[in-house]
Amino acid sequence: MPQIVTANDLISGDVVFRTADGAWARDVNAAGVLADKAGAEAAHAAALADVKAAVVVDVALIDVTAADGKVVPVKLRERIRAFGPTVKADYRADLKPYVA
Amino acid sequence: MYRYDEFDAAFVHERVAQFSDQVSRRVAGEMTEEEFRPHRLMNGLYLQLHAYMLRVAIPYGTLNGRQMRRLGRIARVYDKGFGHFTTRQNIQYNWPALKDIPAILAELAEVEMHAIQTSGNCIRNVTADHFSGAARDEVADPRPYAEILRQWSSIHPEFSFLPRKFKIAVSGAAHDRAAIRVHDIGLEVRRNEAGEIGFRVLVGGGQGRTPMLAREVNAFVPEKDLLAYVDAIMRVYNLYGRRDNKYKARIKILVHETGIDELKRQIEAEFAAIKGGVLTLPADEVARIEAYFAPPVLAEKPATSAAFEAARAADRDFDRFARVNLHPHKVPGYTSLTISLKPVGGIPGDASADQMDVVAELAERYGFDEVRVSHEQNLVLPHLALDDVHAVWSVLKENGLATANAGLVTDIIACPGLDYCALANARSIPVASRISERLGDPDRQEAIGPLSIKISGCINACGHHHVGHIGILGVDKKGVEMYQLTLGGSPDETAAIGEIVGPGFDSDQIVDAVETVVDTYMRLRASPDETFLAAYRRVGEAPFKEALYGA
Repeated sequence: MPQIVTANDLISGDVVFRTADGAWARDVNAAGVLADKAGAEAAHAAALADVKAAVVVDVALIDVTAADGKVVPVKLRERIRAFGPTVKADYRADLKPYVA
Repeated sequence: MYRYDEFDAAFVHERVAQFSDQVSRRVAGEMTEEEFRPHRLMNGLYLQLHAYMLRVAIPYGTLNGRQMRRLGRIARVYDKGFGHFTTRQNIQYNWPALKDIPAILAELAEVEMHAIQTSGNCIRNVTADHFSGAARDEVADPRPYAEILRQWSSIHPEFSFLPRKFKIAVSGAAHDRAAIRVHDIGLEVRRNEAGEIGFRVLVGGGQGRTPMLAREVNAFVPEKDLLAYVDAIMRVYNLYGRRDNKYKARIKILVHETGIDELKRQIEAEFAAIKGGVLTLPADEVARIEAYFAPPVLAEKPATSAAFEAARAADRDFDRFARVNLHPHKVPGYTSLTISLKPVGGIPGDASADQMDVVAELAERYGFDEVRVSHEQNLVLPHLALDDVHAVWSVLKENGLATANAGLVTDIIACPGLDYCALANARSIPVASRISERLGDPDRQEAIGPLSIKISGCINACGHHHVGHIGILGVDKKGVEMYQLTLGGSPDETAAIGEIVGPGFDSDQIVDAVETVVDTYMRLRASPDETFLAAYRRVGEAPFKEALYGA
């Protein structure tokens, strides 16, 4: 299953995703999708360097599905991290609505 | 209410400065996360699913208008315009940035607040009955003792690295509104035959994966010995509490494994050794602290108010609110009013910055400048003249704060769950919202009567599901949210841990299942006066089981 690297931005705490060129983006669709284990391990190792450099915290590799430019995490927990709380009156208007 | 003395103020400001420095060093990369984590946790800062979360202490749930307004300001300026009141009478901000934490803590310090000891293996915020100082059935206001415990336990060197976190709750009445039986130490203020104040001391209650009710270790500890006795308990726990296994580290496990009689012997031996020493409470110091909690001067009034009764007769909605959300006050002509943070279909415990301002304003104008946070995640105006209730209600109504459901089926406790919490396995809030919508018709709720639903999104039980009349525990079953139903729990002086009624329900079924339980109760209750809990205790789980799962 394809994977992406996720973390939280150190200073804002925001959920971020590692892009193919090693930057961190808030949009899950910007994540670099890692098709194989070797690629995933390399990206994970590079991300850990960003932990050391005090850029991000809590790095993890997560399973996703990727099709038509849409990246969707497999686990509900990670979908909620990517798309925001599913509560009705969430005040975070800048996030895309949650898709079940 | 309590005012910081020079010591308190200096200590809190010092801590803000210390933590600000730690944050700068962390942001500059001079501290690793492993080095920083213990510091941030000692200052109430977690890293959750979406962001940092700051938990601010509200000692014994008591606030004044200025403090409430400041909480609103912090929500508006540094967060997303809202805050979340918790079952430990605290407030949590779900979206602060690390870089803003020093500024937030400085703003809190200006109004005598902080986030110290709201996390970590220390003595946490001491909680108390939300009607303290106002309730008609109260023996004495428990908050002076909660404050004494707070001062004693703040950065106490011996008790800053306990085997596990430690929670103390104090009730001033025999009727327990502070859930003292599910705390590590529960204290009930009582009087002996000579009329002297003392404490019934319960030890070893708790929820989580191993729910247990606290056991009595002493029926009457004299007021002056409060700290010595609690100190003795802490010493025994600190010495013998397990540090090898996080899940067996709470004092409830020590009580269970040691046995209450042996533990009591150990506590009494420790107490005998320190009794009469430096921890003895001087009467003048108790009096000094008590003076901070002196009730407001309430002008004598008739027990009933013509204006109040007329407003009730004129407005059905107000009449309902008056029936449901008022609590008897010790002074005739006054009442305590619950401001429900449980709008039907809403998020239990959330309040917007504007709503916090409204509550602050009402407290200052009508409520003798006092607000309480209840462990049920509501707010309370403890002292209100009956004459003013209609004016207060009108403002509450305009601001979405007049839901008449205190103690009713939609007054649901729910933890943040998988929508916010890094530990959760399943969502809680959306389940609460859907149940509330299903059962939210005002007439139906009132007909159902007192019934508490409590929802936790994992076994840590922050949503108190073990002591819900109907408890719901969210679990993850192979990647799917499932909800386990427990029945018959209760947090009061008749405390009980709910019993699992059968196999769990998925997210689509759980609301129907709860409704089935409620409807079954409505069918089998002996009379409209027989509450859900009373009926459950009379008939047991069988009829509910049958209704849920078939014969």
